[in-house]
Amino acid sequence: MNWESWQAFLDMGGKGPFVWGSYGVSALLLVLEVIFLKRRMAALKTRLARRRPGKEEA
Amino acid sequence: MSGSKINWFKYASPQTFYPLAGRMQPWFAWAAAILAVVGMYVGFFVAPTDAQQGEVYRVIFLHVPAAWMSMFVFLVMAFWSAIGLGFGTRLSFQMAQALAPTGALFCFIALWTGSLWGKPTWGTYWVWDARLTSQLLLMFLYLAYLALANAIEDKSRGDRACAIFALVGAVNVPVIYFSVQWWSTLHQGASISMTKAPTMAATMLMGMLLMAFAAWFYTIAVALARVRLIMLERESGSAWAVQQLARGASA
Repeated sequence: MNWESWQAFLDMGGKGPFVWGSYGVSALLLVLEVIFLKRRMAALKTRLARRRPGKEEA
Repeated sequence: MSGSKINWFKYASPQTFYPLAGRMQPWFAWAAAILAVVGMYVGFFVAPTDAQQGEVYRVIFLHVPAAWMSMFVFLVMAFWSAIGLGFGTRLSFQMAQALAPTGALFCFIALWTGSLWGKPTWGTYWVWDARLTSQLLLMFLYLAYLALANAIEDKSRGDRACAIFALVGAVNVPVIYFSVQWWSTLHQGASISMTKAPTMAATMLMGMLLMAFAAWFYTIAVALARVRLIMLERESGSAWAVQQLARGASA
């Protein structure tokens, strides 16, 4: 095991902000990409369902 | 040869590809998530502290896979663009365009993590050296490609313009890759190569490869989801799309 405590893990040998700044921002961006994509798909499907002729809105 | 009767063009037709991509996508997404968790576990808890850099080197598990991915995605975009131009297959152009935002994202992640790694190890967030500058150029190529794809109203003209841009822009990828050999640079050379044994501990390499596969599967999952979106946006009036939507609504 590399870490004696949670504190040591978060501290990353004094370089915590650089390490967690890398992982944090990257994870955030990847998650946002997935969320935006899902939202766009859902919005498109709603729009197309509404446009379909002879289909009542639920 | 006569034994393989798979008609590959079948998979290039939207009515086959759209549902197929939808079924494959969750598998790639789950594989990406599991690989990322295992990769980070290896990266943070199994791989030892670096003798020279201490703990900050652990950025490598994100930085190198992201940088690889950003270069590789551009090459794959160029590949689909060439296929599209050669065979006139719409789906090929759509694949290239579905990949672009994710490639751009990984390019940004490579620059961002590299910058945060550079400060404590080199003493600066940024230097105008060959590797960093050519990677920044790749970022601008991605952004220009995306701007081009959105700027042209006529989709078939836009597809061709983007494809030609991707093929020309791909020239930059080998420049990035070999920049550390061609010019003297602050950036370290490749840690693993095809011809030499890797210059890093086995567990470090393992963590990096796991994260690289996670990035691969993530990219495939997101690109499949996005290509479905693009297909549906463009061809919502066609018979296959109406059929797919009806199926989706009743399910």
